[in-house]
Amino acid sequence: MIIILLQQMLNGLQLGSVYALIALGYTMVYGILRLINFAHGDIFMISCYFGFFAACAFLSNSIPTWLTFIATMMVSMLLTALVSVLIERVAYKPLRYAPKVSAVITALGIGLFLENFTLATLGPTPRGMPALLPNINYRLGALSLSSVQILIIVISIVLMVLLDRVVQKTMTGMAMRAVSYDKPTASLMGVPVDGIISATFAIGSAVAGAGGVLYSLAYPIINPYMGVRIGWWAFIAAVIGGIGNVRGAMLGSYILAFVEVFTPMVLPSSTYRDFVAFTVLLIVLVVRPTGLMGRVTAQKV
Amino acid sequence: MGPKSRITLVLVILGFVLCILVERSGLLSAYILQISMYVGINIILTLSLNLVNGYMGEFSVGHAGFMAIGAYVSSIITVRVFHNQMGPLVFPLAIIVAGIVTAATSFVVAFPSFRTRGDYLAIVTLAFNMIVKSVLENIDALGGPRGFMGMGRLTNLANVYAWCLVTIFVVRNLVYSNFGRAVLSIREDEVASNLVSVNTRQMKIMVFLIAAFFAGIAGALFAHVMQFINPRSFAIQKSTDILVMVYLGGIGSIFGSVLGATVYTVLLELLRPLGVWRWVVGPIMLVVLMICRPTGIMGLKELTGLIPREERVLGKKEETDVVTASN
Repeated sequence: MIIILLQQMLNGLQLGSVYALIALGYTMVYGILRLINFAHGDIFMISCYFGFFAACAFLSNSIPTWLTFIATMMVSMLLTALVSVLIERVAYKPLRYAPKVSAVITALGIGLFLENFTLATLGPTPRGMPALLPNINYRLGALSLSSVQILIIVISIVLMVLLDRVVQKTMTGMAMRAVSYDKPTASLMGVPVDGIISATFAIGSAVAGAGGVLYSLAYPIINPYMGVRIGWWAFIAAVIGGIGNVRGAMLGSYILAFVEVFTPMVLPSSTYRDFVAFTVLLIVLVVRPTGLMGRVTAQKV
Repeated sequence: MGPKSRITLVLVILGFVLCILVERSGLLSAYILQISMYVGINIILTLSLNLVNGYMGEFSVGHAGFMAIGAYVSSIITVRVFHNQMGPLVFPLAIIVAGIVTAATSFVVAFPSFRTRGDYLAIVTLAFNMIVKSVLENIDALGGPRGFMGMGRLTNLANVYAWCLVTIFVVRNLVYSNFGRAVLSIREDEVASNLVSVNTRQMKIMVFLIAAFFAGIAGALFAHVMQFINPRSFAIQKSTDILVMVYLGGIGSIFGSVLGATVYTVLLELLRPLGVWRWVVGPIMLVVLMICRPTGIMGLKELTGLIPREERVLGKKEETDVVTASN
């Protein structure tokens, strides 16, 4: 029993790491624009496709495997960041001073567009991500641990720590926090607001791009609708942690992953996981309306 | 009864006669009849969501959840309780019960709305939609993910038309009553409306109740046109569709909702030859609309005929206030 529990916790860590990489994008954009970027799940899906095509292209040449993996990651991160900055410039920027609802609806529209565009151009057939790295199983007593699992957890944690440092310590990070705090004042202080917003989108999506490649290593089936479920879950994770808060997004992601992994152990079937996840979300919102680590903001009168 | 309302009455009755004639005579193909019914159902959905999003200024994105409850409750009544007997007699009852049950579930969304607003309430409504779908998928007695079937084709044009009229009538009278003014005041400034002794909690419960009631009715009508429902037809995509219709037509406008629902439904049908690409064109239209005309076709204006006569002059002034305050 303990072994199963530990094994499931490992799976939870793996899943939570991927969720966290996606949840970061939601939370960063919300922090800076107060916009729920509903298209982010589909941006994750696009990144999986980028990873898939890059992997196919690189695998046909005789490059060492570790280099293929790194190159695939880089290509996916770069292209995803580019797409997302493009979306921000074309669709969100004209709406920056419009009522917030218009921007949220635009985000929903962009998400649907990405999904259906992928469906129309690439077809509904799922694609199998080729194995980029040899998957070696290690045994730790009765526990089994795969190399992919270790890789996902390690890379995610490195990326998260890196991102946290960027936001807390660098000039760009400081500018981001300034813009999130007060846009007009930041602008008066010489912060290039538009550039910083684009940078936020780029960083958030690049991280999701890395998440896409890592996810498709562990669960190698890619289809146009995969972003819907994973996107929603990452989004709930961000909200549970307190949307707008980078560390909260990570916390929320691990909580949610454990919920997902342990639901089938308590309830008869894994189909209850959506129900459990959203119930957890509702309870958190009722008890702490701004999430576990969210700042409580007083409404201005 | 003034001459104006006599004309309205005659028009309403004429509409009914037309509905029945068209359906009996077979003048229109079954396909066009079906689309007309979808238009009617979408008008009901759009109006009820407009009450929450347009008039009260909350942002609800889970309307399909309410619709699902209405659809399943009515189907259980006609199929499981009455075993498809006495269909046309039972159906109106089933619709109303479906509406009432759906309204009862709206408390799940109404209570959190006391404490949160804006984005977080949107998330609560979204969670509601997902929970409804997930629960339906897990009830084997209702077919689970495979869906529920066996309903007779009880919805007809006259039925849909009648409920459309009821919805328009109720929403219009609500909006131009004291109750409606209180609801509008919540949209403009909740704190201020509390200060002038509007019971905002009660208002929110009422608005969510009414909106859910009509969404449930639309769901019941929908289930008996399709004759087959499954949880996936009430997913978040459906909610998005309803949102699009509300914002396409214009928030805070009854005629806008009617127009938005009609244009969107018919347009999607006209785009059918495009195949998969029709689902690409739709979202692009939505994005372009939001950028170029974020207030929708009607843009907070109302068809003059729908405004009570004594309000018409006053109404003009209100519109300009609303435009400035809606930011």
